[in-house]
Amino acid sequence: MVHRLSGIALALFLPLHFWTLGRALALDDFVSWTQQPLVKFGEWLVVVALAAHLGGGLRVLALEFLPWRDWQKSLAAVAAALALGVGLALALAL
Amino acid sequence: MQAGLWIVQRASAAVLAVCVVVHLVTIIYAVQGGLTTAEILERTRGNVAWFAFYSVFVLAVTLHVPIGLRSVCSEWLRWRGRSRDFALLLFAAFLGWAGMRAVVGVFA
Repeated sequence: MVHRLSGIALALFLPLHFWTLGRALALDDFVSWTQQPLVKFGEWLVVVALAAHLGGGLRVLALEFLPWRDWQKSLAAVAAALALGVGLALALAL
Repeated sequence: MQAGLWIVQRASAAVLAVCVVVHLVTIIYAVQGGLTTAEILERTRGNVAWFAFYSVFVLAVTLHVPIGLRSVCSEWLRWRGRSRDFALLLFAAFLGWAGMRAVVGVFA
């Protein structure tokens, strides 16, 4: 479920991301817009969604292609830890 | 068709796994001390390695996102058939175009 929801969120975010960068970064206005706390929170959510989707995706690949079925719970934990770690790192960096 | 899409989805996922790790590390590195347009462009402008990296990233995204959404459309929206596939093909085309426009935008 996390994998699916984060995937949908990323699919919705990508057109906006590409459109903004495609304006050849005539973007100082946009960058200052992103300084607002709410926007920063949104950015943080997107990055956590990306990390969560990465973690979930790695878990799927491992389950399907590696003989690791018994490790399923551990893998889920690693995926969650990865998402949390990236989220914390970004929160500290922002 | 289904098997082909499955393979493309897994292959693109493997490529994206590497791309996303690089992207996340870059994001965390880049936002330290605040993000500026000049700083982004300084990194990407004229840099062939970043251009190649982001081109591969966009290609993988263009394949991966519509195939993922295809399952969501089928299972959650009960939207199947040619209209769904046509809409997703259009979305893929848009992602590829907008993505490469962005890559060229920060490179050129």
